Amino acid sequence: MITAALFLPAYSPALPQRADYVRVLPEIVLSVFGMVVMVMEPLLDEHKSQKLLGFIALLGALAGLAATGVMAQNPGLAFWQMVQVDAFSVFFHVLIIAIAAVVILTSYEYMAVQRIRAGEYYALILFGAVGMGLMSSAVELVLIFIALEISSISSYILAGFRRREASSAESSLKYFLLGSFATAFFLYGVALMFGATGSTNIGQISHILQQGPVPILAYAAVALMFVGIGFKVAAAPFHIWTPDVYEGAPAPIVGFMSTAPKAAAFAVLLRIVFVIDVHALFWIIWVSAALSMTLGNLGALVQTNVKRLLAYSSIAHAGYLLVAFAASPQMGTSAAMFYSAAYAAMNLGAFAVVSHFANSGERYVTLEDYEGLGRSSPLLAATFTVFLISLIGIPITGGFFAKFYVFSAAVKANLIGLTIIGVLNSGIGAYYYLRIIVVMYMREARKEVPATPVPFALRLAIAVCMLATFYLGLFPGSVLQHTQDSAQQLTQ
Amino acid sequence: MNNDALSPVILSLVTFAPMAGALLLMLLPRRDRDIRIFALVISLLTFVLSLHLPVYFRRGREGFQFLIDKPWIAAPNIHYHMGVDGISLWLVVLTTFLTPLCVLISWRSVHERVKEFFILLLLLETALIGVFTSLDLFLFYFFWEATLIPMALLIGIFGHERKVYAAVKFFMYTMIASVFMLAAILWLYAHTGTFDFVYLRDHLASIPHFGAAAQWLFLGFFLAFAVKVPLFPFHTWLPDAHVEAPTAGSVLLAGVLLKMGTYGMLRFNLGLFPDQSRHNAWWIAILALIGIIYGALVAMVQPNMKKLIAYSSVSHLGFVVLGIFSFTQAGLNGAMFVMLAHGISTGALFMLAGVLHERRHTYEISEFGGLAEPMPAYAVLFLVIALASAGLPLLNGFVGEFLVLSGAFQAKPILGILGATGVIWSAVYLLWMYQRVFYGKVTHAVNNSLRDLSGLEKTAVWPCAVVALLMGVAPILWLSAIDPAVRAALTPFVNVASRMVGQ
Repeated sequence: MITAALFLPAYSPALPQRADYVRVLPEIVLSVFGMVVMVMEPLLDEHKSQKLLGFIALLGALAGLAATGVMAQNPGLAFWQMVQVDAFSVFFHVLIIAIAAVVILTSYEYMAVQRIRAGEYYALILFGAVGMGLMSSAVELVLIFIALEISSISSYILAGFRRREASSAESSLKYFLLGSFATAFFLYGVALMFGATGSTNIGQISHILQQGPVPILAYAAVALMFVGIGFKVAAAPFHIWTPDVYEGAPAPIVGFMSTAPKAAAFAVLLRIVFVIDVHALFWIIWVSAALSMTLGNLGALVQTNVKRLLAYSSIAHAGYLLVAFAASPQMGTSAAMFYSAAYAAMNLGAFAVVSHFANSGERYVTLEDYEGLGRSSPLLAATFTVFLISLIGIPITGGFFAKFYVFSAAVKANLIGLTIIGVLNSGIGAYYYLRIIVVMYMREARKEVPATPVPFALRLAIAVCMLATFYLGLFPGSVLQHTQDSAQQLTQ
Repeated sequence: MNNDALSPVILSLVTFAPMAGALLLMLLPRRDRDIRIFALVISLLTFVLSLHLPVYFRRGREGFQFLIDKPWIAAPNIHYHMGVDGISLWLVVLTTFLTPLCVLISWRSVHERVKEFFILLLLLETALIGVFTSLDLFLFYFFWEATLIPMALLIGIFGHERKVYAAVKFFMYTMIASVFMLAAILWLYAHTGTFDFVYLRDHLASIPHFGAAAQWLFLGFFLAFAVKVPLFPFHTWLPDAHVEAPTAGSVLLAGVLLKMGTYGMLRFNLGLFPDQSRHNAWWIAILALIGIIYGALVAMVQPNMKKLIAYSSVSHLGFVVLGIFSFTQAGLNGAMFVMLAHGISTGALFMLAGVLHERRHTYEISEFGGLAEPMPAYAVLFLVIALASAGLPLLNGFVGEFLVLSGAFQAKPILGILGATGVIWSAVYLLWMYQRVFYGKVTHAVNNSLRDLSGLEKTAVWPCAVVALLMGVAPILWLSAIDPAVRAALTPFVNVASRMVGQ
């Protein structure tokens, strides 16, 4: 095993070529735009700068999407085999950058209403997307760790952006302390894996582990890495931080945190589980999936704060997603990818509505405040209902097909027990989403909640999420094709 | 098979016409009158379109007609596969027949959030039709679950005092039961690679591991259907949902939604798992019998008219289940016929109850009495429908119940004998209610000035009475299409029986 380390210098230490840069083009573009935002911020008038900076950030995200298109034309390894561009990483790049764009759109109104004036907010979203994009394309554990830190640090700061609120500071600090602790676990896992195999390159590790008996150390390594990732995706039993952090953080950022970093972390986990392919993880994932679904749903049943409720719901959804990881590599990868996309569409949409409705100081975030919303703002209530229906998993929405596909993969892998736990959970879970629909439509407003008009940017954000939700529910074919191709490439 | 121009697309048209109408309705301005007229036009159009089905249906043939089969999603292998046979044909027409009547009966009684109401009603219609026309298990489950939200919202928004409780209870009961069906469907797909009903029906027995799992799969499907029917002891959501639902909601709930359960048993439990159906028939028949008798007895003592009708549904649907699990030609034909007859007569009963509620805002039987005097037209119509529901010969209830009981008697005489008491009970509770509401002196002064049926209400209920009579005197019009499908559904059972005789 020690000798394996000697293979390391075998890579040609040549200078990076043009192709290397093209393969991280989205990251470069996003970083440049992020820095432009940072530089422009002090130069502009404080009161007028918000819209412009947000617009630059949005342009940056769109340019990042275009750059992903260029990157997709140049598949292959880059930077001494640390970065891999394939259908898999392209999928996650598109997903993450699209999420960032929607979150930026959602934030326009929110920032104005909350009177938060800080251009670095938008820059941090872009930097976060850089880290998450890199997580999905990195095939080198140390680079994954660095990318994870880039994404986490921006999330820590973003969580604390409601500076006047104690809860936001609590949220940020809690997230930071526990998050650093968790990433340390991940790093420890990387170190042990290096000790066990003499490499930190995922492809090489897989190769080495397949050749001989798997050393005990490698089992410990993947378990520790799972702890780190499990924290990031809010999977039980590493989920305790979620409700508090989600409650305190700004609503658009919660939408961001619950979708993009999770998607990226799941991408990393997919590589660890299905490429390194150490079977020891199976039962860990099985238990974690069952726990996440059950604890998430049971926790959500008793919540009266919508943000907390959606926090528990995100724990439950992490559980459904983990079910895919216990399935066979091919279908499991594909199902997990599809679920990440569908979950992003519906959850971002839900948080877009929540962040509009919260109003200044996030005053209106309890279930009681939503009473009578169906009457006072029928359109907003109807869109929120669509997202909730999708979260329940009712047909014609992406949420239904995603759940269906995950459980289909699980049954295919003969995970009958886990499937039963899962479908039962999705039955129980329906109750608390339904509660929101019930208060919106079936109760009369008892409190005076101002109905503010929905600005254009937010309409656009909600429309994008809505279209994506329906598209994934009615015509999942093309996205499925892509996820299946990616899975093929990843697991071959 | 069906050679005219419309036949290849007719099922898609009928299924999605209401949904297209609902989408257009979303764009209409909130002028209540226009919205009502538009909803009526759409639902009538759907009904006219659906008449194409029985007109061009090749009677005397088994198998599915008006087939559409297009790949929808490549992997997983999901097809947009639709078709109707004699079993589903009439359920589709029943749905399209009742919906315009629901629009009419809601014309005045729904006066708030009119737009939302009719959008939900039309969406519900699409989902209901889709349940009956789907031949792909995924598509079936898709429509099956899609009925939940519109129905729950109809109850929860437009219902009466305890509407929220009823809506949530309805939703949770049926949702939790259906996920077991989902698990069973996924198992079938995992082991066969297809959701196609026809393929599965013909090839399931030869699939490896099927024998060990069959009982669980059967139960997975059965539980989802039994809650929907509802079979005793899963019926507790029904009275709540019915009492709280708005009239149109009750009509579609009793008229069509419950039939999704019995249709599912007939199509999927019998079609996919004939052996398990046979093995489990004894306890299912007992539950059905309990449902018949218990439902009738509880109906008898209800002080609330709508609850009474709701429990009568439990009793009637017990007949359907008993007929299905008798595995006899008469029993299955009867079960189908009771489904249709119950849809017409109970739908009409709910409309009539709704008429009273609109005037007096109560369903309590004790609040009424001697209504025959101020409301003669209402009294006549109510009597016709009540007699149809009670199973008077020459009206639709009789034919179905007679066939079911003769089928049950063939299967096991004791089942027929006990089931027959249900017929007596149904006459008792319906006529007793009729007597208390309509005969004698007017007991509450306020009832003296009650308006008789308006033109609109007559238009909504009379078609039901006419159809009830027609079904009673010429059941062959319906049975000629039903019978071949029923015989086809019974093929696996006949074979087993003849093999056993051969030994």
